[in-house]
Amino acid sequence: MITELGHFALILAFMVAIVQMVVPMVGAAKGWRNWMGVAEPAATVQFILVGFSFAALTWAFVTSDFSLKLVYENSHSAKPMLYKISGVWGNHEGSMLLWLLILTLFGACAAWFGGNLPETLQARVLSVQSAVGVAFFAFILFTSNPFLRLGVPPFDGQDLNPLLQDPGLAFHPPFLYLGYVGLSMSFSFAVAALIEGRVDAAWGRWVRPWTLAAWLFLTVGIAMGSWWAYYELGWGGFWFWDPVENASFMPWLIATALLHSAIVVEKREALKAWTVLLAILAFAFSLLGTFIVRSGVLTSVHAFANDPERGVFILMILVVFVGGAMTLFAARASKLESTGVFAPVSRESGLVLNNILLAVAALVVFVGTIWPLVAEMLFGRALSVGPPFFNAAFSPFMVLIAMAMPIGGMLAWKRGSIVKAARPLWPAVVLAIALCSLAFALQTGRSALGPIGVLLGAWVVGGAAIDLWTRAGRGAIAHRLGRLTRLPRADWGKAMAHAGMGITIFAVSGLTAWQQEDIRVAQIGDRFEVAGFEIELRSVERIEGPNYISTRAEMLAYRNGSLIADVFPEKRFYPVAAMPTTEAGIGNGILRDIYLVIGDPQDGGGWAVRTYIKPFANWIWGGALLMALGGLISLSDRRLRVAAGAAKTKTRTTRSVPAE
Amino acid sequence: MIRLALIMLLWAAPVWAVQPDEILDDPALEERARELSQGLRCPVCRNESIDESNADLSRDLRILLRERLVAGDTDEAAVQFIVDRYGEYVLLRPDATGANRILWASGPAMLILALLIGFLVVRGRARATPVKDLNDDEQKRLDEILRS
Repeated sequence: MITELGHFALILAFMVAIVQMVVPMVGAAKGWRNWMGVAEPAATVQFILVGFSFAALTWAFVTSDFSLKLVYENSHSAKPMLYKISGVWGNHEGSMLLWLLILTLFGACAAWFGGNLPETLQARVLSVQSAVGVAFFAFILFTSNPFLRLGVPPFDGQDLNPLLQDPGLAFHPPFLYLGYVGLSMSFSFAVAALIEGRVDAAWGRWVRPWTLAAWLFLTVGIAMGSWWAYYELGWGGFWFWDPVENASFMPWLIATALLHSAIVVEKREALKAWTVLLAILAFAFSLLGTFIVRSGVLTSVHAFANDPERGVFILMILVVFVGGAMTLFAARASKLESTGVFAPVSRESGLVLNNILLAVAALVVFVGTIWPLVAEMLFGRALSVGPPFFNAAFSPFMVLIAMAMPIGGMLAWKRGSIVKAARPLWPAVVLAIALCSLAFALQTGRSALGPIGVLLGAWVVGGAAIDLWTRAGRGAIAHRLGRLTRLPRADWGKAMAHAGMGITIFAVSGLTAWQQEDIRVAQIGDRFEVAGFEIELRSVERIEGPNYISTRAEMLAYRNGSLIADVFPEKRFYPVAAMPTTEAGIGNGILRDIYLVIGDPQDGGGWAVRTYIKPFANWIWGGALLMALGGLISLSDRRLRVAAGAAKTKTRTTRSVPAE
Repeated sequence: MIRLALIMLLWAAPVWAVQPDEILDDPALEERARELSQGLRCPVCRNESIDESNADLSRDLRILLRERLVAGDTDEAAVQFIVDRYGEYVLLRPDATGANRILWASGPAMLILALLIGFLVVRGRARATPVKDLNDDEQKRLDEILRS
């Protein structure tokens, strides 16, 4: 019964979405206020209905209602409760429902917090947002309905893919979707602005918090996925340049560019058309990612629903929305005249450089991702584009960004001087060179990657710290410290996010350059030495979990005779899904992780054992979290709270741009 | 990242990546073998190098690669030996021949193009005349219009 109500609520929400797509748009065009007024309550109703529908599906999973096809295929009565809940989005249909829930949540937020938007703009934004919703409602109802029943309910389910039964992965999709779908808000704002034919500083100020929120969720989501791959897949890789990883990374790169260019729109009334284009592109890449994951056109390790019919549907959505928005852009972009003037050396130009590097980097990832498809279709060559290509083609962009970031962030608006901006940065240069030489001296005969990572990381982190320090003005140190605490939160957010970027760059190159590996057969009780650590295989036993059987080893790691890690690497087997997984034993450390994996028993006795020493591993995700935290702090800045600044900005811009 | 899952479905009794018994006695040769096998794709997996893969075929390829190296092949010859038998699909780093030149050139080409466009835009911005605020007379006139 609850299931049917959920199904019904979903259909009802579809109807509401159609109304919300049409009525406010017409109202805004004709200037009918009561028609525009439909948008706000409709957005709220949509969200409540989809929320109910989602709750109904969750209820079916929690109570293990195997008369529902989706529950039967993706759940099992013996599964722990956490994974019964996360099983709701651990499959194609359920994850599309989550996608819709988030889409309508963003729409509802625009209705709740967008009260001070100009009336027509808000109506148009909500209408476009709802149009995206209509497409996805149709998609879920016609091709991937989660509420289908089975005629004869089986006694038990087929269990969720064991790899997904993991706390890290349970919350990875919601964060990723909050990011992907959040970019729909920037898209709606961009399209609404094109229809209005008007982009001004106030528009930039409204768009930025939505983009920032989407960006920070996307950052957390990607970091979580990468962290999960690190501890779950059994050899400690953290990024594979897999098509589906790239699908989440491309929108992230474009969203990062969009964040920065929106600042220029807001503060300097320049780069308007470009910012609108980026907003469209960011969502286009989100849709492309959905297409890649769900159509299976690219062989990927992630794809979980390879159904050509669904693929074609998503491709149509992609073509209609992106094609439509681009056509509109082509027709209207010339109207979006930028009024701000800036010199070739200025903060604006720095941000243009940032945008160029990020956008081209995203395009490089794009070309590499689809190249196997292109090569096969056009040239008849079956080939692969793997990590070696991406490392070679993409890394230079990160190096350039890292080099330019501290100086660009210090340049003055409108007209700056590189010499003036670079002068306060000398301590960062000294620090970076010193640490780089130290790293070079400590390592013998290895690649230059590690020291270069140290150099760039120290330069970026040092630059972020100095940027903050110079903002505190001049005078006695106590004074400056006091002023530092009173700086706008956006300044702190910027410094933290930039520092996080530096830390991640350093950690990725450090880990890649300096990790050590050992593979051997060990008898129980053996002690062996790996890179200055002594590892002991103490015992191996079989244990039984709630829905799996496990071979669990106890392994100890010593340094100079004292115990530093006592871990339990496992090899699990899930009988229902007939699938094994590895659980690495990781001794976390600040400077290095000790990463232990238990393998198979050997014919001559003993066990295959792998040991990895992973320097600075946790810094990768630490840096990413710092970036997200910087975004969060920046988001809490009162200048960004739309209510505080918007009214003021609006009056100022209408006065200074009489032509519009 | 469901790569393992899919492989596991195909091979019920998996072996893990590089096995202890595969490792060559000569560490220099073994390091070369590891390096090369990270650039070769497992032909039956979803997106893994033979170095990471648990498939039986990957194990065979790892052993084959080591045999070639022990037999005195250069790196290129050993890789070519495998490419000749399994096609260029196994190369994770696509070679820069034929149409692949487009792939390799695309990054630098797009960067140069973007920098050029960016430069023109920035120069255009610098030369544009700023839109001035209304002067006092105009502002007074505007206020009058608005008041009426």
